[in-house]
Amino acid sequence: MSEIFTNSIEKKNKIAPPKISADSFPAGEEKVMTAEDRHSEARIKGEIKIMVENFNFYYGNHQALKSINMEVITNSVVGIIGPSGCGKSTFLRCFNRMNDTINGTRYEGTIEIDRKNIFDKDLDVVDLRRNVGMVFQKSNPFPKSIFDNVAYGMKINGIKDKSKIEQTVERSLRHAALWEEVKDRLNKSAFALSGGQQQRLCIARALAVEPQVLLLDEPASALDPIATAKIEELIHELKKDYTIIIVTHNMQQAARVSDYTAFFMLGELYEYDLTTKIFTNPTRKTTEDYVTGRFG
Amino acid sequence: MNKKRFSEIIGFAILRFCLGLVLLTLLIILWDIFTKGYSSVSWEFLSTMPRKGMTEGGIFPAIVGTFLVTVITALFSIPLGMGCAIYLNEYAHGGKLTRLIRMSIRNLSGVPSIVYGLFGVVLFVQLMHLDTSVLAAGLTLGLMTLPWTITASEEALKSVPQAYRDGSLALGATKWQAIRTNVLPYAIPGMLTGTILGLSRAAGETAPILFTGAAFFLPVLPKSLLDQFMALPYHLYIMSTQHHAIEQVRPLAYGTALVLIALIFLMNSVAIFARYKLRQVKLES
Repeated sequence: MSEIFTNSIEKKNKIAPPKISADSFPAGEEKVMTAEDRHSEARIKGEIKIMVENFNFYYGNHQALKSINMEVITNSVVGIIGPSGCGKSTFLRCFNRMNDTINGTRYEGTIEIDRKNIFDKDLDVVDLRRNVGMVFQKSNPFPKSIFDNVAYGMKINGIKDKSKIEQTVERSLRHAALWEEVKDRLNKSAFALSGGQQQRLCIARALAVEPQVLLLDEPASALDPIATAKIEELIHELKKDYTIIIVTHNMQQAARVSDYTAFFMLGELYEYDLTTKIFTNPTRKTTEDYVTGRFG
Repeated sequence: MNKKRFSEIIGFAILRFCLGLVLLTLLIILWDIFTKGYSSVSWEFLSTMPRKGMTEGGIFPAIVGTFLVTVITALFSIPLGMGCAIYLNEYAHGGKLTRLIRMSIRNLSGVPSIVYGLFGVVLFVQLMHLDTSVLAAGLTLGLMTLPWTITASEEALKSVPQAYRDGSLALGATKWQAIRTNVLPYAIPGMLTGTILGLSRAAGETAPILFTGAAFFLPVLPKSLLDQFMALPYHLYIMSTQHHAIEQVRPLAYGTALVLIALIFLMNSVAIFARYKLRQVKLES
């Protein structure tokens, strides 16, 4: 799959006029690149990870998401903001089809991850969820040991090799910046950890199955500022290897951690742009009102 | 302020009185049975056959009969009940049909046991030709305990946070994997407790086994599951209402009651102990 992918990129590069090929952007000018520039560049490089097209989502008769169109560039962080009930979390849960577990939901349109429609009948939802990790708003460690929590995903995916499991557990915990704090008590219950540690444990658990996309649903909303800072630092680190979509209620957090920000209102994607643009010079008045705290 | 305090004292007093009344009634019953029954309970009473028209001897066949029937009941109702509960709680969509089924199951647990007895006669004894036997009686009692088992198991499953299921699914578990590895381990203690409480109720039932297999007087042990048997609750019923010399066998009846209560107490203790042990394992692992 990835080979086919690279081939097509090369082809595209050959066809594409040199003006908008990736190399034609001098490094110094990157700061003035608009979101549109970056997206077309990413399109040429084949670095669009997720593509949402004309996506509608319904709970019964209630339409929760209205014709959403959106692209997410590989290894970028997209922050989703908006007032409560605007469909942020619903949207996030579409990417790993967690909404399937709720009765009476339906959708129209497509979401492509690596150019594959995730709603395709041939697609195994279990594979999808392995590729698209999720961390929930309320940290949900399982009533198992710290080690078993992180190893859980590997075990259910049929990995039996003990040394491999041990290595991956260590690597994931290191990646989630938790290893130093728990390495001496891996066999203790995960419930003995503090709230912030539990949330990082959940991140480590998600990382252990080696996903490509990480969905974070208000991961720091229940944490104190220090734990929040740690999670944000972690997101900066993880961005190197993962494409991250994070829902947050905290404007500052969105401004700090995300490259792009999507502003949702009443199920519509109001504005989607570079984070700096959204927070300094948004196109639409409503966005400005929201990010400056005039409502919501 | 004082008025508030006063009303609180009154309120607590009423609640305490309720609790006290219930406990007192229970203790009086237990005391009555124990004082009148313990003199007739001996090793001989527990291990020999009844003799001379049940005026002498022991209740050994009744103990064995009750034990066998309870085992059949357990084998029938535990897997079936737990399976039903898992399906209802985890797989069934919460539509009208599911609600109707759940409501029917709840209502079935209120159906008088004699009705189950009649149903058992028709289904197991006549239609399935099991005749009056240990098997027919055990299955009838199994049917009677099913609603209890299902309801208790479903409650236990409900008490497992949805976040455990979602967490598993989000890591790429199939639905059954999520249930098996991250729901059942935490629900089983509760499921077992509910189930064993249901079983101990079944062990003490008379009406369902009355027509389906329990014998009035049968001083031999059942040789197969298709034989008739004696059972403690039915034996107690005979001894206290149907016997030709009721006054004479009164101590034996009390002894039987004591054994039955002890047996049920033992079963419930096992249930509580099992739950305690399983919870500990859960917390440690």
